[in-house]
Amino acid sequence: MEEIQRAFGQIGINHYLFLSSVLFSIGVMGVLLRRNFIIIFMSVELMLNGVNILLAAFSRYSGNQSGQVFVFFIMVVAAAEVAVGLAILVMIYRNIRSTDINALKNLKW
Amino acid sequence: MEKFAWLIPLLPLAGFLLCVFMGKKISRNVLGSIASLLILVPFLLAVGIFIPFASSPDSEPIRILYLEWINIGKLNVNYSIQLDQLSLMMMLVITGVGFLIHVYSIGYMHDDENFHKFFAYLNLFVFFMLVLVMGSNYLMLFIGWEGVGLCSYLLIGFWHKNPEYNKAANKAFIMNRIGDLGLLLGIFLLYLRFSSLEYSRISFEAMQIPIDDPIIRNATLLLFIGAIGKSAQLPLYTWLPDAMAGPTPVSALIHAATMVTAGVYLIIRSNVLFTLAPFTQEIITIVGLCTILFAATIALKQNDIKKVLAYSTVSQLGYMFFALGLGAYSAAYFHLFTHAFFKALLFLGSGSVIHAMGGEQDIRKMGALKKHLPITHLTFLIGTIAIAGIPPLAGFFSKDQILAAAFEQHNVLFWALALGGALLTAFYMFRLYYLTFHGQFRGSHEQEHHLHESPKTMTVPLVILAICSVFAGFINIPEVLGGNHWLDRFFAPLLAGSAQIIEEVEHTHLSHETEYILMGVSVLAILAVVFYARIRYLRNGHVPADDSEEIPGYERLLANKYYVDEIYDRLIVKPVLAASSLIYRFIEVKVIDRIVNGVGQVIVIGSRTFRFLQTGNVGFYIFAMVVGILVILAANSFLN
Repeated sequence: MEEIQRAFGQIGINHYLFLSSVLFSIGVMGVLLRRNFIIIFMSVELMLNGVNILLAAFSRYSGNQSGQVFVFFIMVVAAAEVAVGLAILVMIYRNIRSTDINALKNLKW
Repeated sequence: MEKFAWLIPLLPLAGFLLCVFMGKKISRNVLGSIASLLILVPFLLAVGIFIPFASSPDSEPIRILYLEWINIGKLNVNYSIQLDQLSLMMMLVITGVGFLIHVYSIGYMHDDENFHKFFAYLNLFVFFMLVLVMGSNYLMLFIGWEGVGLCSYLLIGFWHKNPEYNKAANKAFIMNRIGDLGLLLGIFLLYLRFSSLEYSRISFEAMQIPIDDPIIRNATLLLFIGAIGKSAQLPLYTWLPDAMAGPTPVSALIHAATMVTAGVYLIIRSNVLFTLAPFTQEIITIVGLCTILFAATIALKQNDIKKVLAYSTVSQLGYMFFALGLGAYSAAYFHLFTHAFFKALLFLGSGSVIHAMGGEQDIRKMGALKKHLPITHLTFLIGTIAIAGIPPLAGFFSKDQILAAAFEQHNVLFWALALGGALLTAFYMFRLYYLTFHGQFRGSHEQEHHLHESPKTMTVPLVILAICSVFAGFINIPEVLGGNHWLDRFFAPLLAGSAQIIEEVEHTHLSHETEYILMGVSVLAILAVVFYARIRYLRNGHVPADDSEEIPGYERLLANKYYVDEIYDRLIVKPVLAASSLIYRFIEVKVIDRIVNGVGQVIVIGSRTFRFLQTGNVGFYIFAMVVGILVILAANSFLN
């Protein structure tokens, strides 16, 4: 157990920054490039969790606990958002029998 | 009794609210009786305050503060009232004559579809008039002043289905605005000089100011402009004859007995200031004198029974201002007091005649009404004698006091001109009387068949007013006739400031012999004129020419009222309308409209173009969002 803690202690803030940037970028690219709206939804979650990692890392780095409190808030909000968002997606799927986001092109003007 | 003073203005206001909200649910007679009762109770209250006040010789003015209104910096204005000689006498006239006219209106307006509206306006008018005379500062006066103007407008245009009447109402309102602007500026100037609007403080501090102070002179001139507008003096008098479009009780109450005398009240209230401004006083004298003669000559040739009385009112108001200009404030009030009775009587009498004639107002179509309308005839005759100035009726005493004041100031020319006005008054009034009640009946057969004496609600007020017209003069009998100048002595504390200011100026009193001669001359001249009118209209049966007939030059000038309306129309109304239409065509249409329409068009065109941004492609939206965030981040780091 102590070894594990020491090993984590050796990981610098740079690694966390890199990881969260990668996760966030993957999320953005997924949202931009994919057409299946369930995948887009997952990418959004990826972006949120990228940010969560960053917050937790900074919180530990600066010894300020409020960053971790924020993480919990984000997780709660994300859970609520998933509940609503998935319900909407189910309704859309029932109407158009497809998960292709481009099928919703008529929602304009 | 003073602790009930607040009820005096508020009861008519309650009557107004009652007529507005309950008017249609209550039967006409009950509604009229309640509205009249709500004027009678204030009258009795006013009497109850007046009698102890008048009977103790050293009564101080009663000032009661009800509510604080404005209190900013030095400006301190309150809802407060001042009960003194002047306001109590005015309250008695307003509520007393007002009550009689309310009772009369129950009969006169009985068949009108807007009966409740009429009583609502009439009660509201009494409320504002009482505020005007009871307030203890110039701002309270201003509230009342504007309020009575509003009620006057509403009542002139009461029969609003006739566009002519609406025009008359607008004319009255707009011409009064000119005067009101003067009044307001005058009040501002007084505040600038005295840092207060309370009458008591201004009168007190004014005593320290030397005569001919420029600010006082300008302030009094501006206040006088306000009085000109409200009291229909030259050159703003033309609205009053047109105001006869309103129902006759309105003409009697508002345009003869009370509202038009507000200007006289204002000047008596500010008498110290006016005494300090001899220049203003000279102007008032001259304006008053011109108005007397101007209006009296026009009245000679009018054929509408109400128009004659309207011009007569303008002329009699001229007498009041003439007296004010001479510094004879109590004489002016005395004439206001007697005039309220006999002019209200004459108007109500004419209303009774019009009622009997089925709406006809042209005296050329009347005649021989004496036997059909005995009570109206008798009371109208009393009013005519009173206004003509034949002793011992009311008009004689008040007019004689004004003439004596003119003579006292060594101004024989003014005295002669004012006497000339009195002779013209006697002539046109007896012309009116003979043409209406004597000679042959000149109307149609149906009208003759329809002739009847008015109901009791109308004749009883006539009789009471006739009795007042006979006896009102006795409150101020001059010493030469064995009296003791009760009104002059009663008003002395009110005018003490003015008396102190002019003390230095040598003041000569007329000897009794001179006064006898003056009275004799005026009475004989008036009797001669009455006799001439009798020969011309009774014995020779002269009837004014029909409108279609050609009449000689000067008569046409008088019949057309010196073309004053036409001149105003040409000089002021037409240019203003032309300027407005010019502004409409070039500024309104070409500039303002274009700006407004332009804004709309830009938005329409813009949205037509930009709506294509909203493709409906969700991927594009997300892309735009990401690009937007990147741009904001880049801009943020770049700016920092």
